[in-house]
Amino acid sequence: MTDPENPIRAAVQGAIDEHPTILFMKGTPEAPACGFSARTVAALQSLNAPFAAVDILPDPRIRQELSAISAWPTIPQLFVGGELVGGCDIVMEMYESGELAGALGVEEPADAPDAAPAGADPAPGPLGIENRLG
Amino acid sequence: MPSSDELKQRIESAIPGARAEVDDLTGGGDHFQATVTSSAFAGLSRLEQHRLVYDVFGPEVGGPIHALSIKTHSSD
Repeated sequence: MTDPENPIRAAVQGAIDEHPTILFMKGTPEAPACGFSARTVAALQSLNAPFAAVDILPDPRIRQELSAISAWPTIPQLFVGGELVGGCDIVMEMYESGELAGALGVEEPADAPDAAPAGADPAPGPLGIENRLG
Repeated sequence: MPSSDELKQRIESAIPGARAEVDDLTGGGDHFQATVTSSAFAGLSRLEQHRLVYDVFGPEVGGPIHALSIKTHSSD
């Protein structure tokens, strides 16, 4: 759905629809601008979960439209399959309980590197980072 | 500037049967952490539980309340 009256809303909704896992955050995964965003990125990265990321800071309208879509007031916001999973608190609770890997559709990484089965697939490539709105 | 006590009282009066503990994380009156226990959370997803708490403050979250970290427990 594109809304010619509201291109920012359409771009945010488009990004949510397009990416299986997308994180709206302050700053970038390489340089998070807020501790809550940093913790959420760290949880995703420790599961080797590929995710797209959008920095909401360059334009205040991104956050405004995002919160209007999600009915969620704070940043970061993690979406999987077009649905809001939650913010930092929920993502961290799910990470600590082991639910997050399942929600993201990734394997919980083995603690010991040599626990990996022989001939296992090589580690996933670099994280799919894309900032469509910056 | 909101205080931890004010947030605690507002959560407890807005959510039926809620007990809340609220800490001011930085002492600056804008970063708070709330742990809320209520029977109103029974049967709700974590997302819905957190929304109930955010809804107490509406647009103040992201405004004067810069950050509100939430932990919810259902008291059944």
